[in-house]
Amino acid sequence: MSQNSMNTITPTGKFAWQVRREFWEHRGGFLWTPLIIACVMLAFVAMGLITAELTARQHGFTMNGIQIDQLTSHLDAAQMAKFQGSMDVGLITMGFPIRIALFVVVFFYALGALYNDRADRSVLFWKSLPLSDTQSVLAKVAAGLIVAPAFAVLGMIVLQLGFLLIMTLFAAFHGVNVVPYIWSPTHLIAMWVKLAVLIPVNALWALPTMGWLLLCSAYARSKPFLWAVMLPVVAGVIITWMQLMQSFSLRSGWFWQHIIGRLLLSLVPESWINLDSLRALEHAGDDPAGAIGNLFSFGAIADQFTSPNFLIGVAVGAAMIAAAIWLRRKRVEAYA
Amino acid sequence: MTAVVQAKGLCKRYGNTVALDNVSFDIQPGRIVGLVGPNGAGKTTALKAILGLAEFDGSLSVLGLDPRTHRTELMQQVCFIADVAVLPRWLRVGDAVDFVGGVHPRFSREKCEKLLARTKIKPTQRVRELSKGMIVQLHLALVMAIDARLLVLDEPTLGLDILYRKEFYNNLLGEYFDDQKTILVTTHQIEEIEHILTDLLFIKEGKIVLDASMDDVSERFAEVMVNPDKADAARALKPLYERQIFGKSIFLFDGVDKARLAELGELHKPSVADLFVATMKGTYS
Repeated sequence: MSQNSMNTITPTGKFAWQVRREFWEHRGGFLWTPLIIACVMLAFVAMGLITAELTARQHGFTMNGIQIDQLTSHLDAAQMAKFQGSMDVGLITMGFPIRIALFVVVFFYALGALYNDRADRSVLFWKSLPLSDTQSVLAKVAAGLIVAPAFAVLGMIVLQLGFLLIMTLFAAFHGVNVVPYIWSPTHLIAMWVKLAVLIPVNALWALPTMGWLLLCSAYARSKPFLWAVMLPVVAGVIITWMQLMQSFSLRSGWFWQHIIGRLLLSLVPESWINLDSLRALEHAGDDPAGAIGNLFSFGAIADQFTSPNFLIGVAVGAAMIAAAIWLRRKRVEAYA
Repeated sequence: MTAVVQAKGLCKRYGNTVALDNVSFDIQPGRIVGLVGPNGAGKTTALKAILGLAEFDGSLSVLGLDPRTHRTELMQQVCFIADVAVLPRWLRVGDAVDFVGGVHPRFSREKCEKLLARTKIKPTQRVRELSKGMIVQLHLALVMAIDARLLVLDEPTLGLDILYRKEFYNNLLGEYFDDQKTILVTTHQIEEIEHILTDLLFIKEGKIVLDASMDDVSERFAEVMVNPDKADAARALKPLYERQIFGKSIFLFDGVDKARLAELGELHKPSVADLFVATMKGTYS
């Protein structure tokens, strides 16, 4: 074969192909899971509204559109802003089931990422190609922390748009035009930008869990789940027990929250939100939506980058990923 | 020409088992080398060392590179089929072609598609939907479309029927191999490939026990079918191996003058399989 039939390959191109490969393998978890959850939730909303409508009719109630119209027409600018704020918070938090599903999907993705192909020996095929272990592992990190969350955001956007559409149709059915109140392009776009900005923040926060799971995945000769979960949990139980025996000065609560929690649960989206500020919600007064919105504010995000918890987590996570890369190079022979 | 593989003093142990015991050999370009040995003799360990998939002691140079430190570079010039059925089961055929094309600088998409067009494999199929033989066809199509200098095959046709096995080696020889390429192959079906090999490496209990070209082999070794009356005379010449058939004895000799052997009986060129059995006797006892 002639030499001029060679392909031009760039490192970035190789990396992109490897991320694509992860997507091919995990299309169901990454893409279909959030979309299906969004559709199921929308179906529930629609069914709920239809049930409410039919029940109301059976009992002779009718919803009077004009009253809602009157309500909204009396809103002043400040009240309107508050209403919009509540809408935003409502729409953002609506994606909660998708976020939980994302956590579960990425948790098990990471746990299998460096194990499953050793178990079925297909690692030998990937290793027969000119791919560096560093790039392969980093592609898996990117797939779990960027690609999967991006599809989750897509699912959330589908959910939000579907929800607004159902509400608009429902209101229109009652002769009310809510389009000016809930379809605000600036608010929607600002919210999507926020969801997009949260992806890299969540990714950095999740590094300790990602690193730990990949490390267990690269290390385990069998049952990576046991290594990943039992090891920290057993350590936590021992430390709690030692504290109960009053022979250890470390507070076990601290250990559970900052070591075990960070190793196992940092993949939960937005779990970096400060628990202390959550408590402040009790004193939020007449603007709880605003207080919730503040938790996600750009100020709160910026604060993370000076928080030791966040920064140490990034460093520890990166170190564990480096260790996973090293193990990936070593452990070809160890089939399950 | 410089050797494609130069191994000096390779050692590898797994716990108490010695897999490679001070192994040295060279593989020249343009050869098809059969690495032959009983189960557990160290074949796969040697291949893994060459492919940078295992740690080892000693010095090893593959295409001038150390596989321990330059694996990624090496894999641009080296291909391997480790075993049947190592292609990931979820992978689609079309995606596999795209992927290898995307990451391998020496992959020719046209060639791969041409090879696949001759099979019943469709681009939309997943590996899990293919039969074992078809998976090997796919793997071979992917590998043959890569213009590599060294191809390593570890039991590539294990568990395939004779049609697939024949096709595999015919394709390899007819469309892939040329004097710029080198193939290193291990297989237990040695009688099927002995006619394509140019060199033999026998490995036994982690040691190389025979390192010879096929020409050397027919020079050195001879098989003689001896009538019972001359059997003792034959035994006096220290045969490697003796077996009985139809009341006659067949002796295998290494380096004994052919003219002298011809006096004892009918002279044959030994098959590689017979040579293997003779060399490996006592392995499992």
